[in-house]
Amino acid sequence: MFSGAALGAGALIVAVLFAVALFLVVQALPTFSANPADITGGRGFFDYIFPIVVGTLIAATIALLIATPIGVAVALFTSHYAPRRLARGLGYVVDLLAAIPSVVYGAWGASYLASQLKVPYAWLAENFGWIPLFAGPASGTGKTILTAGIVLAVMVLPIIASLTREIFLQAPMLHQEAALALGATRWEMIRMAVLPFARGGIISAVMLGLGRALGETMAVALVLSSGPLIASLIRSGNQTIAAEIALDFPEAFGLRMHELIAAGLVLFLITLVVNMVARWIINRHKEFSGAN
Amino acid sequence: MSKRIDVSDLNVYYGDFRAVEDVNITLDAKSVTAFIGPSGCGKSTFLRTLNRMHEVIPGARVEGKVLLDGDNLYGDGVDPVTVRSQIGMVFQRPNPFPTMSIRDNVLAGVKLNNRRISRSDADELVEGSLRGANLWNEVKDRLEKPGSGLSGGQQQRLCIARAIAVSPDVILMDEPCSALDPISTLAIEDLINELKDEYTVVIVTHNMQQAARVSDKTAFFNIAGTGKPGKLIEFAETATIFNNPREKSTEDYVSGRFG
Repeated sequence: MFSGAALGAGALIVAVLFAVALFLVVQALPTFSANPADITGGRGFFDYIFPIVVGTLIAATIALLIATPIGVAVALFTSHYAPRRLARGLGYVVDLLAAIPSVVYGAWGASYLASQLKVPYAWLAENFGWIPLFAGPASGTGKTILTAGIVLAVMVLPIIASLTREIFLQAPMLHQEAALALGATRWEMIRMAVLPFARGGIISAVMLGLGRALGETMAVALVLSSGPLIASLIRSGNQTIAAEIALDFPEAFGLRMHELIAAGLVLFLITLVVNMVARWIINRHKEFSGAN
Repeated sequence: MSKRIDVSDLNVYYGDFRAVEDVNITLDAKSVTAFIGPSGCGKSTFLRTLNRMHEVIPGARVEGKVLLDGDNLYGDGVDPVTVRSQIGMVFQRPNPFPTMSIRDNVLAGVKLNNRRISRSDADELVEGSLRGANLWNEVKDRLEKPGSGLSGGQQQRLCIARAIAVSPDVILMDEPCSALDPISTLAIEDLINELKDEYTVVIVTHNMQQAARVSDKTAFFNIAGTGKPGKLIEFAETATIFNNPREKSTEDYVSGRFG
């Protein structure tokens, strides 16, 4: 009875995933067989999709580069440093942050954060303009891919922090005591007995965060004033797949609609690959995971 | 190497609850002292105060003195981290670090205190410590394999090797054989007999035959009832405790009439 239910649930997930993939492929097909000149941009699907794939990856990378270290640090603080009462309060706040709808973050990013960042961006362009990433002139509105990345970082931070906190709390006391009994300081104990144990969990948490950052629509659509692909992070330009689909889909018909679904298929494949790579990284160290 | 421990008027509290009351005891250098007593009598708690590991438990605190060759472990400005690097500990359940190889497990404590250690010194230390723990012949061909792949008894000896690699003055053992089979237990007991040539060994055990086999002196702890603090009832040569104890409750316990 139970095994039947479990099997059914497992099969359902595979079936749903397969149905989604099938829908995307079927609906995307006309794009690939269409005349390249009819595709947006007029030079075929690859030339259309490439800039927004890169834009998506840039925004997600910025988000993770900011959110991962902060998220892990917040988690470690709540699990191993903060006094118990403070830790509990902080835990609630972090969980609450994870529940805020993305449109709120988007509105905050567009109306407040972007204007606050105008001055720092101008400073970056002036002093570090020789690095292509910070080439000027800086955006006058602050609505750039870097701002979008920062907003995404704020959004995925609570996910990473609350998941890794749970992992850190599960680190076996047995091994933490072993480290302390050898004369480890608290930080050395964390490096010996907590972080290695939590490695797979941290990667999973980051991947979930990445999933949200890659697929996030509203926040990016509100914060970014999009444009063609450029290297500079502080000028308006770039676009992500999810925001592109959300902004254009309501008015799309015919080939344009198939194009956007094809873009969705590409996004689907990116997340799939990212998850497979994460799984591979976790498995590479299986022998030393303590599971044997 | 080996140092003596003098404990005077030691009380252990968990919050407001007094877990151990007024312990006065001297643990001789280069000898094995066993702590016996019924469950909950505070012997493990007391053992943990000897290297300040009780501080891991929130709310636990100590009043009194523990002198390691005259130096108070609870003196002002004494860092528990330093205390623990001088007084090693082996736990009830074997706990080698699962993410480290056998070799790295042995070196774990050394790398904390003395980060730079040459390859050849490290090799020597690994071999010496594993030989000291009677484990070398069993693992010398698989030093790079994870420690968690060993049997329970081997893992426990790996933990002993890890403890002696930092050359501590004292080794505390908290029921080191309670999770092991009789043959592994025998191996550990043999090892304890060898360890006392170089270290002060303190062992908590529920197994009275084990206390009789391995220890020079035995301390009997007891509680008057639940909610009452544990007390040191009697401390004497092991032969005296088992054959001719002074206290009635010690005799009842070692003869199996209670506990």
